[in-house]
Amino acid sequence: MSTFLEAVVRGLGTGSVYALLALGFVIIYKATSVISFAQPALMLSGAVVTSYLVPAMGVLLFTGFSFFFSVAIAAIITAALALLIERLAIRPMVGKAVFVVAIITLGIDIAVRVVVNGFIGLGARPIGFPWGLDRVTVLGLDVQIRHLVMMGTVALVITALYFFFQRSKYGLAMRAAALDQEAAMTMGVSVGGVFALSWAIAGGLAAIAGSLLATGAGVDRQLWIVALVALPAIILGGLDSLEGAVIGGLLIGVAEALVGTYQRQYAPWLGDNVALVAPYALMLAVLLVRPYGIFGTAEVRRV
Amino acid sequence: MSTTTTTTGAPKTPRTPTPKRSLPGTARVSTKVSGRPGFYRSYSQELALFNTRPKQVAVAAVVLLGLLGPFVLEDALLRTLAIAFVFAIGALGLNIVTGLAGQVSLGHAFFLGVGAYTAAAISGDPEGRTIGFGIEEMWIWLPASGLVAAAFGVAVAPLATRLRGLYLAIVTLGLVFIGEHVFREWSDLTGGAGVGRSAATPQLFGFDFSEGTEMFSREQQLYLLMFVLMLIFALGARNLARSRVGRAFSAVRDRDMAAEMMSIDLPRTKALAFGISSFYAGCAGGLLYTVSGFFDPASFNLLLSVQFIAMVLIGGAGTVGGTIAGALFVSLLPTLTRELPAFIPLISQQVTETPNVFQVEQILYGLLIVVFLLFEPRGLFGIWMRIRIYWKSWPFSY
Repeated sequence: MSTFLEAVVRGLGTGSVYALLALGFVIIYKATSVISFAQPALMLSGAVVTSYLVPAMGVLLFTGFSFFFSVAIAAIITAALALLIERLAIRPMVGKAVFVVAIITLGIDIAVRVVVNGFIGLGARPIGFPWGLDRVTVLGLDVQIRHLVMMGTVALVITALYFFFQRSKYGLAMRAAALDQEAAMTMGVSVGGVFALSWAIAGGLAAIAGSLLATGAGVDRQLWIVALVALPAIILGGLDSLEGAVIGGLLIGVAEALVGTYQRQYAPWLGDNVALVAPYALMLAVLLVRPYGIFGTAEVRRV
Repeated sequence: MSTTTTTTGAPKTPRTPTPKRSLPGTARVSTKVSGRPGFYRSYSQELALFNTRPKQVAVAAVVLLGLLGPFVLEDALLRTLAIAFVFAIGALGLNIVTGLAGQVSLGHAFFLGVGAYTAAAISGDPEGRTIGFGIEEMWIWLPASGLVAAAFGVAVAPLATRLRGLYLAIVTLGLVFIGEHVFREWSDLTGGAGVGRSAATPQLFGFDFSEGTEMFSREQQLYLLMFVLMLIFALGARNLARSRVGRAFSAVRDRDMAAEMMSIDLPRTKALAFGISSFYAGCAGGLLYTVSGFFDPASFNLLLSVQFIAMVLIGGAGTVGGTIAGALFVSLLPTLTRELPAFIPLISQQVTETPNVFQVEQILYGLLIVVFLLFEPRGLFGIWMRIRIYWKSWPFSY
């Protein structure tokens, strides 16, 4: 039983980071109806910025302060990078076919990642997470501190996002633009500004997610693949649902952890590292039953 | 009303059509092309395979140039070009499903892998370390690799009929990851990650193209083989585009609902598009590694899919000539970037130094996709069209 529960906690930890990544995808999708394949590059650059900032800052105030402070700064820097990308490559394509814009983001992803890889070097860069892989016993369960930190940070960020969308002027503008761009425009909402803001938020979220993911093994060149796991998460939850993104992310995380724990025991013929593809298999299974995800709205076709 | 016009109008002289200038739709349509270029006088002429004289001449010239290649170029370049021709076959496949039928597929690498392993398994050594059936004849393993890949394509198609646009893109992306995993783990077939297996033998009626003879070197033979195969596949793709099926694909791409209203069976059309596209991908996969003779399961990753997308988009989506041009362009890009350090001293040849040729090459992939989509969405084909229109209407360029 405790093996099971520990796997669930581990899954919820990584799953909450997937949720963060998925939120980035969904926020951009809701604003611009484009899936940004540039998220992996943004995530990687956020993690790299953090890995450079933490040692530069040294130990400040209390344990972990310099890490969290660096993550916050990295989020801002990455948000600025995302803004730049949006301005240069995405804004000129407003009104073009979504597929074309999605492929543009794919091209940007490749280009940015190569540049970021240059800063990583060949091996893994330590990110300066103070607790490393240390474990702690909570309620009789042996869990890694980093998974608890992931859950805590993500809960905080999601709460902040909730208040931003529900209470702030800009959040209202973004919701309005997502609902109906033209109507929002007539009400004085700057739709271009909403596009930029959505990219900035997604960039910031990706940076936080990247830094959290790298707490275990550090930043290496393969880290970006993890960001794509958020794609099954958003498909599972539905492309246009923020709640769906969070729930989908958590589900994917738990499914991955459970497969990783039990597959060797019950289905060894599947081979090693099945956990890595479990999210995609789960996605295919869900799509066969519900083509628009669990929480997504079905597309209305008008004749 | 009609009677008044005839009586008040100018005296009518019956015009008999001269034999040379018959009206469209009449029985006497000359298939000979003459007079003003780009002016079609019948539907059959518009749908003809090579519908204008310049096109006929251009295609003949390109084929001649291609056949001359092995006698002028160096072996290293011939090898690159042979691989580029195989890539062109794969890109033509992606062009059918994405350019022609409008279904976004990021899963092309998966179908390529299926084809590569089918071909390698059929032609492989039965006594060897990996699965092999020892049938080395290409006319068996090449269609077989295409057909197995096509079967997978048709199996995926039901998802395509349920999903649209970006949902489909993500699902096909998932296919690449699952495929990569299976290829890595099924070491009896693939040799396992980091080890790989030998590829299919390009042997046709007892003649092995991968072994040099007194007359031709290995590279010259492979170049010619791949060039001819590419021509066959290109002709097939061009023919498909003008057929009933191909026009149904375009109708689905332009507006699937309108196509449905015109009684085009959407599930069937999409399944066909995926099937044919995967057939091309499977054949390309089977052929691709015969040049190098060896391949690793890690080859069939997302980057390969993106490369194919880059080929189609840089070349010009929906066009056969453009796609081939794009495939050649993308495949020759590494050869071009290798030359860069001679001109820009900042870029290093070494992998360990930061601005090196490999990084530049990858950045160029990304940036070229972006730049082409931003400034010339029709790709190389679009640039060609603009040049053509400029000279056609010169000096009245408006």
